[in-house]
Amino acid sequence: MQKKRVVFNYPSHLVDQPVISKLVKDYDLTVNILRARITPKEEGRLVLEMEGKRAALEAGLNYMKEIGVDVQSLAQDVKWYEDRCTHCTACISVCHPQALDVNRKTMEVSFNRDKCIACELCIPVCPYQAMEILF
Amino acid sequence: MAKTIEEINEKIRRGKAVVLTAEEIIDYAAEKGVKKTAQDVDVVTTGTFGPMCSSGAYFNVGHSKPRIKLGGGKTYLNDVPVYTGLAAVDFFLGATAMPEDDPRNKIYPGKFSYGGAHIIEELVAGKDVRLTATAYGTDCYPRKSLETYISLKDMNEAVLFNMRNAYQNYNVAVNLSDRMIYTYMGVIQPKLGNANYCNAGQLSPLLNDPYYKTIGIGTRIFLGGGVGYVVGSGTQHNPDVKRTEKGVPKMTSGTLAVKGDLKMMSSKWLKGTSYTGYGVTLTVGIGVPIPILNEEILQYTMIRDEEIWAQVIDYSDAYPQFIPGSLGEVNYKQLKSGKITVQDREVPTAGLSSYLKAGEIARILKEWIETGKFFLTQPVELLPSVDSGIAFKSLKERPIKKRH
Repeated sequence: MQKKRVVFNYPSHLVDQPVISKLVKDYDLTVNILRARITPKEEGRLVLEMEGKRAALEAGLNYMKEIGVDVQSLAQDVKWYEDRCTHCTACISVCHPQALDVNRKTMEVSFNRDKCIACELCIPVCPYQAMEILF
Repeated sequence: MAKTIEEINEKIRRGKAVVLTAEEIIDYAAEKGVKKTAQDVDVVTTGTFGPMCSSGAYFNVGHSKPRIKLGGGKTYLNDVPVYTGLAAVDFFLGATAMPEDDPRNKIYPGKFSYGGAHIIEELVAGKDVRLTATAYGTDCYPRKSLETYISLKDMNEAVLFNMRNAYQNYNVAVNLSDRMIYTYMGVIQPKLGNANYCNAGQLSPLLNDPYYKTIGIGTRIFLGGGVGYVVGSGTQHNPDVKRTEKGVPKMTSGTLAVKGDLKMMSSKWLKGTSYTGYGVTLTVGIGVPIPILNEEILQYTMIRDEEIWAQVIDYSDAYPQFIPGSLGEVNYKQLKSGKITVQDREVPTAGLSSYLKAGEIARILKEWIETGKFFLTQPVELLPSVDSGIAFKSLKERPIKKRH
């Protein structure tokens, strides 16, 4: 079994189609929608976690691409500007998935993309504008 | 045996000075004992890197041809207003100043993404900023408007001048209300959702010299990546507060006023800072060397996080309404562990002052002293201490009589 966090960008004509249920039914994937913004007749954007057999994951993602959904890995959309981060730790208590974490010995902050769910709670909390999430 | 500043400087000159950071001295002294350590170690370096609002810089931008008198008119750097109530081409830029068209908190919570502190950071990084001004014109200063790019190297003087920095200890902020609050202590979650603190603890300058027995007017320091000086106690300097047996204040207490040549500083150690819903501020890097003149001064520098206590204050009501009282005391070891207990509840903590960067500053200052680049100074006067009679005043409002 494999896990993948992705961002789907839907063109307007797919917004009213039940594409996610296809992933579940036809490709046997477990999907967990983390964030969604769907505007009828415009476009949609979805952040989700997909879990399944490696081959099924690939096939599912291929299906999405074939029908015209732009697929990106989540990591591309979340940026931690390390040069702006002062390691003050202000973000630590709001980051529940612990993507932003601190080594308690050195008090050094680190960012683990794989754990980020793009909830954006860190954005208003960071005084140095070190976090950027494009959504 | 007691040492003098001159003796320590002589050792620095010969490359023989023994320098440890305020973190390193703790284990060193525990192992070697106070007597031997006081003989062996010459200097302990401290550091802090946190938001300090009462910061700013003054500039002399040189005279234009024809001349202009900025005073009495309006002057801006990148649309941020500066204070011109001075001679013709001198002005002061405050860290918290912001463009006049910034929406502030009209769209709550405001972002405050750009202000005076960001301009200081950009200037120090060598960038050009837009200087725009209008003036009323005089016989000797006829010009009425000015628009030009300017950078730090174009100016005659550029001086960082901070009237209150390096607070000796600070509050721990919590929120007892049921809505999110946006403060100078950061975003604080409702119902004791988190606790924010802002001090470098055992590395912090004034916590390593709690009675100001070595720090005073003229103390040479690390300031913003360059060299600066303590010019006196900062505003709100309040030495006579509740202290531990070792003399460490258990609440906000002493402060420093500092200055230094901005042209020698680095944007790594002066950072424009935006507190959502609150405003703009400048994060300043300061490192103060403590000369180990005798055993007493050494013992002050041996202070550990677990021996430094701070007050937990409710920022939803007690702080804004100026209601005295504390929800309890916690120490910096607990704060740095990631959780404290307030009203029998476990509360996650977050810092605003970077302990990692404070340590880096202490190590840089240590290296400067070890390599003979930085010498200690004898202050011309120490900071006022607990016996100074200073009492912290609140504003007593007196109604203004209306004249008809």
